[in-house]
Amino acid sequence: MTVMSYLGAIGAAQKEAMLADERVIIIGEDVEANVYGTTGGSGKSRASEGDFLQMFGRNRIRNTPISEEVIVGAAAGAAMTGLRPIVDLSYSSFLYMAMDQFVNQVAKNRYMFGGQASMPVVFRSAMFYGLNTGAHHSDRPYPMFMNVPGLKIITPAYPSDAKGLLRSAVDSDDPVLIFEACVLWGTKEEVDEAEYHIPLGVGRTLREGTDVTVVAVSGAVPEAVAAADVLAQEGISVEVFDPRTLVPLDIDGILTATAKTGRLVVADPAHRTCSAASEISATVAEEIFDELKAPIRRVTTPDMQIPFSPALEKQLYPSRASIAEAVRAQLGVRPSREAVAS
Amino acid sequence: MSTAPAVDVMLEMQRRMLRIRRFDERASKMVKRGQIPGTVHTSIGQEAQVVGACMALGTHDYMSGNHRSHGHPIGKGAPLGPLMAELVGKATGVCKGKGGSLHLADFAVGSLGESGIVGSSIPIATGAGLSAKVLGKDLVALAFFGDGAANQGCLYESMNLAGVWKLPVIYLCENNQYALSTPAHTVTSGVIADRAAGFGMPGVRVENGQDVLAVFDAVSTAVTRARAGEGPSLVEVVTYRFNEHSEGLKLGVDYRNTDEKQEWLAKDPIVLFRTELIRRGAATDAELDGLEAEVLAEVDEAVRFTNESPYPEPSTAFDDLYTDPPTPRRAAQLVADRAQGQTQAQSPAMADADPVGAPR
Repeated sequence: MTVMSYLGAIGAAQKEAMLADERVIIIGEDVEANVYGTTGGSGKSRASEGDFLQMFGRNRIRNTPISEEVIVGAAAGAAMTGLRPIVDLSYSSFLYMAMDQFVNQVAKNRYMFGGQASMPVVFRSAMFYGLNTGAHHSDRPYPMFMNVPGLKIITPAYPSDAKGLLRSAVDSDDPVLIFEACVLWGTKEEVDEAEYHIPLGVGRTLREGTDVTVVAVSGAVPEAVAAADVLAQEGISVEVFDPRTLVPLDIDGILTATAKTGRLVVADPAHRTCSAASEISATVAEEIFDELKAPIRRVTTPDMQIPFSPALEKQLYPSRASIAEAVRAQLGVRPSREAVAS
Repeated sequence: MSTAPAVDVMLEMQRRMLRIRRFDERASKMVKRGQIPGTVHTSIGQEAQVVGACMALGTHDYMSGNHRSHGHPIGKGAPLGPLMAELVGKATGVCKGKGGSLHLADFAVGSLGESGIVGSSIPIATGAGLSAKVLGKDLVALAFFGDGAANQGCLYESMNLAGVWKLPVIYLCENNQYALSTPAHTVTSGVIADRAAGFGMPGVRVENGQDVLAVFDAVSTAVTRARAGEGPSLVEVVTYRFNEHSEGLKLGVDYRNTDEKQEWLAKDPIVLFRTELIRRGAATDAELDGLEAEVLAEVDEAVRFTNESPYPEPSTAFDDLYTDPPTPRRAAQLVADRAQGQTQAQSPAMADADPVGAPR
C-alpha cells in the first residue's frame, strides 16, 4: 500500500494497462509531455523514472492535433480493428465537438452491425468545475451520455476507486467514458500498488447509517461524507453510498442503501434537469416506493451557467452544508446555525 | 500509366459491377413493392467508381462508407444473400436485421460499416489505418464519401491526422455531382481534389469515373503509397447516379437537366467496360453474356435465400448492445429479504468487489 493522489492512481492504472497489453495505446493532446500528470514520472526530465514516452515509445503514446471529432472517431475505428485505445480528451467540455462520433459511431456500431464489432476504448476527461475556469471549462456532461445506450460511464471519487475502475474500463470490450472531477485530482488515499480491478456497476458504501441515505456522485461524494460526519455530531445517522459507475448503475446497491433508512437524498454536481440524480431518484421511487418514508430530494447544481467570479461560482455546487441541510429537511429538523451561516 | 490488370481481374471487375447493378435494380423493385421497408440509395451508374476502388484493395483491407451503401460491400466481395436479407430485416442478414440498408457491414471482407450520417464513417476508416500502423499490419483503409460529405469538417480533421501520422488511408470522394438535390459546385468552394495539397498529400481527380480501369489505376497508386508507409491520399472520382437519390423519392423540382442526364446515361460503366473487354480480347460476347446470366442467377438466389429466411425473434432486439450486458437486478428479492428480517443481503456484484480501498 502507498499513498497515491487521484492523478497518480490514474497514471498507475494506465501504466499497468500499457504494460499488460501491447494493444493499449494512449492518444490525446499533450500526453507526450505529461502535462496533466497521468503519463509520466515524477521527475522533470524525460529520463526520469515512469515517463510514458520513454517507456512505451511514440508508436503507443501519441500527441493528437486539436481535432476531437477524428480523435474520438479514429479511436473507435482503431478499437474495432484490434487496438485498445485510452483517449485523453483533457476537459469534459470538449467532448461535444465529437458528439456525432460518440453517439452515432462509438455507441451504435456493435449493435447496428449485429455484433460484428467490439469497441474496447476508454475516453478520459476531467470536469474543471469549482476552479474558476468559467463556463466553457466547467461542464459536467455525464447525464447527456447516460442517455445514450451502448456507452458505459464511470465517475470514481477516490484514488483507490479510480485505479481499480480505470483498469477494468481498459480491460472491458465495451466503450467506457470516465469523468474525473478535477477538484479531486489532488486528493490522496492509501492505494494498493499491485494490480486490482473494481468491476463496473458496483458501488461502495462510505458511511453506514440508519436515519437518512445519501447517494452521491463524483465530486459530491467527499462532500456527502463530510456532511455525514457533521450530522453524526448532531445525532443524525447517515448512510452514504457512491455508485462509482453511472452506466451500468448499481441499482441493487442504491436500493439496498435506501431501503435501510427509507429517506433518500441524492447529491450530484450536474445541472438539476435530467441529472444522474434525476435518474436515480426516479428509479428508487419506481422500485421501492413502499419503503420510502419521505419524498426523495435532489441536491444538484441549479440549471444555470457557471459564472467565472469566485464570488459567484462556488455557491452553485452541492456542498457539505447543502447536503446536510437536505438531510435535516428529510427528518423535519431545522437547519443548524452553522448550516444557515455558510 | 500502369499496365492493365490481368484478364481474370478485369472479368472480376465486370462481375462485381454487374452484381451491384442487378442487386440494386432488384432492390429498387422490392422497395416499390413494399418488400424492403423504408428505402435504399442505389449505386446504379456509379459501379465503375465503386468497383475500381474496391478491387484496388485486398480482401482484408478496411473500408467504410455511406448511405449509398450496397455497392461497397458487394464491390469488396461480400456474398449477396446476407446483404439482401439485411435489406429486408431477416435474421440471416449480415447485421442480423439490426442495421438495414443504411448500416451494412461485413467485417469478413473488411467492410467496417456504412453510416447513415454523412461523413461520419471517415474517422472510422482513419482509425483502422491507425491500428494497421501501430500493430504493424500490412493493411490499408479506404473511406468512401460523397461530394456532400466533402464539406464535412471531420474529413479535414481526418486528412490532417492521417497526413501528420502517415496513416495508410485512401480518402475516396464519390463525386456524383449532387448531394440529394444540391449541385456540388453550388456548395463547394474550389476543387475537392485540390484540398489534398493543403494537407501535404497527393490529390487526384479522376474525370472519367465511368471507366473502371481509370479508377482502379488511381486508387492502386494510392494503395501502393499507403502500403509503402508513405501516408494517405485523396482520390476524387467524378461519376453520376442514374437513379434518384433514394428509391421512391419524387421531388417536384427537376434539379438535374435532361441533357445532362442523357449525356451521363450514355456513359454506362458496364456497357463501356463490356466494349473494352471485347476490344482487348479479354472476353467474347458469349462469355460476357454468360457472366451476366451468372450474376442474374446470383441475385435470384439472394432473393430466394432472403424469402426463405426467418425474421429475427423480437427478443433479439436486446442483443449486442454491449459485449457483457449488466447482470439482471435482484431488486425485488433484496427488498423481500429485508421485509422478512433477514441479514442485509449484499448485491451479488458487491460481494465480488475487492475490499481494497474501502474506507474506515
